[in-house]
Amino acid sequence: MNVSLQQQRDDRARQDERDATPPFARFIDVQKSYDGVELVVKGFNLDVHQGEFVTLLGPSGSGKTTCLMMMAGFETPTHGQILLKGEPINDLPPHKRGIGMVFQNYALFPHMSVTENLAFPLEVRRLSKAETKRKVERALAMVRLNDFGDRRPAQLSGGQQQRVALARALVFEPELVLMDEPLGALDKNLREEMQYEIKRIHADLGVSMIYVTHDQTEALTMSDRIAVFNDGIVQQLAAPETLYEAPENAFVANFIGENNRLYGEVTETIGNTCQVRLDSGETVLAKPVACGGIGSRTTISLRPERVGLVLNGDSTAFDNRFRAEVREVIYLGDHLRTRVSVCGNEEFILKTPNAQGQPSLRPGQSVDIGWSSSDCRALDA
Amino acid sequence: MSGSPASPLTTADGVPLKVSLRRAVRRSKLKAFLLVSPLLLFLVVAFVMPIFEMLWRSVDNPEVSTHLSRTVDALEGWGRETLPGEEAYAALAEDLREGQQARNLGLLSSRLNYEKAGMRSTITRTARSLGTLEPPYKEALIEANANWGDLDTWKLIERESTPLTLSYYLAAVDRQLTPDGEIVRAPESQRLHVNLFWRTLWMSLVITGLTLLLGYPVAFLLASLPLRYSNLLMILVLLPFWTSLLVRTTTWIAILQSQGVLNDMMVAIGVIADEARWQMIHNKTGTIVAMTHILLPFMILPLYSVMKTIPPSYMRAARSLGGRPFLCFRRVYFPLTIPGIAAGGILVFILSIGYYITPALVGGQSGRFITNYIAYHMQTSLNWGLAAAIASILLFVVVVFYLVFNRLIGVDKVKLG
Ligand SMILES: Nc1ncnc2c1ncn2[C@@H]1O[C@H](COP(=O)(O)OP(=O)(O)OP(=O)(O)O)[C@@H](O)[C@H]1O
Ligand SMILES: [Mg+2]
Repeated sequence: MNVSLQQQRDDRARQDERDATPPFARFIDVQKSYDGVELVVKGFNLDVHQGEFVTLLGPSGSGKTTCLMMMAGFETPTHGQILLKGEPINDLPPHKRGIGMVFQNYALFPHMSVTENLAFPLEVRRLSKAETKRKVERALAMVRLNDFGDRRPAQLSGGQQQRVALARALVFEPELVLMDEPLGALDKNLREEMQYEIKRIHADLGVSMIYVTHDQTEALTMSDRIAVFNDGIVQQLAAPETLYEAPENAFVANFIGENNRLYGEVTETIGNTCQVRLDSGETVLAKPVACGGIGSRTTISLRPERVGLVLNGDSTAFDNRFRAEVREVIYLGDHLRTRVSVCGNEEFILKTPNAQGQPSLRPGQSVDIGWSSSDCRALDA
Repeated sequence: MSGSPASPLTTADGVPLKVSLRRAVRRSKLKAFLLVSPLLLFLVVAFVMPIFEMLWRSVDNPEVSTHLSRTVDALEGWGRETLPGEEAYAALAEDLREGQQARNLGLLSSRLNYEKAGMRSTITRTARSLGTLEPPYKEALIEANANWGDLDTWKLIERESTPLTLSYYLAAVDRQLTPDGEIVRAPESQRLHVNLFWRTLWMSLVITGLTLLLGYPVAFLLASLPLRYSNLLMILVLLPFWTSLLVRTTTWIAILQSQGVLNDMMVAIGVIADEARWQMIHNKTGTIVAMTHILLPFMILPLYSVMKTIPPSYMRAARSLGGRPFLCFRRVYFPLTIPGIAAGGILVFILSIGYYITPALVGGQSGRFITNYIAYHMQTSLNWGLAAAIASILLFVVVVFYLVFNRLIGVDKVKLG
């Protein structure tokens, strides 16, 4: 009786735990320095939930690989903790972590056939021959390479190698898979195909994934959440839409998607908008996001597709309106990219749909353009 | 089909494409050949020709047929059952007389002496008494030296009258021919080459094994340390190359001899008694220690060049897949270094079986290699035919090892440096 009561209580506790969904993997205030002089990762915090696809996105040298390597156990954090299923794993050697990993260069063992590569993680776990064979076949089927089991990695194309690497990282059913720019070496078409493939597998298996890339499109299309990395710090951690629509600082705004920038000084704030006097003298209404109070410098960020042409001077949709001079027009089929000079910015870009009724622009022509203050975010300088 | 073989492709002016191509390529081929020709010439003179000379010498057998030409002629049709007739003895006397005048009986007597002990003195003595020799020569010569009355002597002369002989090779493998032409083992006391061959081979194997054992970790360090340290280590590995071989070898004498550094230290710290100093030089130990040291870089460099190309991500991948460190090494890293092991192994082994100076200096009697006997036959016993035969066998062994290696590993897979 007593035992079953205890068990019941345990079960309930476990249920509660699951409800609260503690993060599956956590970085808590992790710092890393290779040389004792410079911090490559400065206070990294990240929670990855069960089944989530989290991407680390950042420019080259920002410490993405380093974070992944700390998770996998190949580098030790100089400070902070890494938890896996609530347990600190700082002192756990890599082979005991049970984390699948896909390397940028695939790291398929060249002296083993595809089947042997896939069987390796199962053999070291001492699975029976039959079990190994079954799992290997299933993994090969998952990446659609059933007929390639006997080949050596060198006899496969880049995309096929990539799939084998993916299958190998998944064949022993890890709960967390790390991928370090797994598509970096593939051409564009193959990349897109593989992005889809990885997403499909992720959805099928429900594993948690931490994915590293410096390709923003890839990050935007694949991730549940993206951690934008720069300089060893997470600049913003959010869902793709949020990152694109509501970047919190100038770095994120620039790094994700195309972006027009105007520099100036905050002169007034009225409710949800603020007035910024640009360095070139004009005044712009913007949405204060990360700017300081009155008198502080700010960078105004504006997506090219949110800028419109003011036709016949009658548009009331835009509370910011300026006269611009067309510098260059690039025809892109479904839309036009127009580079104009406005507010002292020579590189101001407009994206206008190739729709009926749009005037055709010529370089040298003057046009009225405008945008809404809610689309135009005043960020840090 | 349009491209039928009946109408070969031609250039615009009707010259067949192949001819035109050959013409275009010929000039550049000629130029390339002229550029390499000095080296080619040097190789032929300094390398190819000596090897053929050596191979020729190991079978060349001119002595009997030139210096005893009349005797050989007279022996034609001889039944080999009884001593030859007067005619042959007369021819022999004539030949010896001529040889003595030309002062070239030495070559002949040494040659016959290799095959039958005592022939040198037989010939010198007979030559000395030639002045008083009177027909009938048969009785007179047998009188002068009993060997001429021995059937075996005549069989020997007849056998060795061929321009080519295998007897040097037989001697090199401790065999000899009986007077009746059967191959038998040499008497116990004269058997030494086969043992030497085996000793050379297995000591070379031991040395190769030791260099692998010592070199593998060093090469691994070299390949995995940060550049700053690995450069320093590389200099240390290469340092021996910049020191004379003799210096390195004699340094080992200073270290290993019974009054040497190592023994002194062992005595000083009380590991061994003063009277029981270790004998580590002028024996097998000395040869193995010194040669392992000297050949170590030849193992490290090929290993290093292979290890350097193995990305660290392989080991990391293996670890992340759940392999314990040693298992990952055994299943992933080690197999990938096999071309390096093979290259280093074959290099050290081949260098080792042909090594001369170190075993000569520190090998004493028991640590000597077959090469030391080649030198002995070249310089001391002056039996160049035997020296050439031993050297040819050594060459053959090396070629066989190389072919086996090529078959198993593939020479094209080997990277040096
Ligand atoms: N083993 C190492 N020793 C010393 N410094 C290192 C080491 N590995 C990385 N670094 C440094 O740490 C910084 C971050 O490197 P990391 O590899 O994490 O960047 P990354 O974000 O993955 O870049 P990329 O997109 O180019 O792969 C870089 O400045 C790099 O020079
Ligand atoms: Mg990286």
